[in-house]
Amino acid sequence: MTMVQVLFYFMGFIAVASAVFVAASKSLVRSIFMFFITLFALAGLYVLALADFVAITQVVIYVGGILVLILFAFMLSGKETLNILQNQKSQFISANKIVSFLLAALFFIVLINMIIKLDAGNLAWIKQSAMLNNTIKPNAVMTDNIGINLMTQYLLPFEAISILLMMALIGAAHLSRKEQSQ
Amino acid sequence: MIALTDFLVISAALFCIGLFMIVSKRNAIQILIGIELMLNAAILNLVAFGKYDRFNNGGQMFALFAIVLAAATTAVALAIILNVYRRYKTIDPAKVDKLRD
Repeated sequence: MTMVQVLFYFMGFIAVASAVFVAASKSLVRSIFMFFITLFALAGLYVLALADFVAITQVVIYVGGILVLILFAFMLSGKETLNILQNQKSQFISANKIVSFLLAALFFIVLINMIIKLDAGNLAWIKQSAMLNNTIKPNAVMTDNIGINLMTQYLLPFEAISILLMMALIGAAHLSRKEQSQ
Repeated sequence: MIALTDFLVISAALFCIGLFMIVSKRNAIQILIGIELMLNAAILNLVAFGKYDRFNNGGQMFALFAIVLAAATTAVALAIILNVYRRYKTIDPAKVDKLRD
């Protein structure tokens, strides 16, 4: 077992365990803060998949942007919101939880079955790409290649997503505006 | 190196935890976190397969696009949740049922 594999299993264990804690925790604030750890562990997994630029983007946008947005929206929305959210007692602990747990577990079994049947390491295009020397090497610098591709081959999705992001932000600002009293 | 199957298994586990959160939680913000978990599982798959595309970087590129889409989704969803709270004084999706007949 090499060092990379040890790190991979460690990161994977942290990601899955903290995700389980996020799902199981009753308190909303606690689950949001555990979600930080899940996202950091996932960024570590992206680094181990040789995608360092995506990992940095994950840390900057997810951890620095999305989670802080969730925390601010949650904590700035008044004290009574916080109290109501904290005190939400779930009456249907048993029935609802058991059914959804069954659904998730069965779906997990289906997915694992599919992954075993797929045998992703032996797919045709992956073997071809390994043969054509098209795989990313651990010591390669991919960031400049990503920038060039973003401005040439993926220019249309890039522009489309920038317009969509602008529309979404304007829409969010419009939605969260205080209504004028008439 | 790490096999692709390991990435796929971790991503499947994260996806199922997200599915469990979406179905079982009665709090809109926790459902939003479940959706983020599922999105992250998908991004992990994209990144893991993107290792085999050095020239075009298809997987990493669309992982970046998915991250940006998640940011847009979260901004709009939080605005909607705040509005729903202002109007109904609850963010339990099962109790927001004015449109039901």
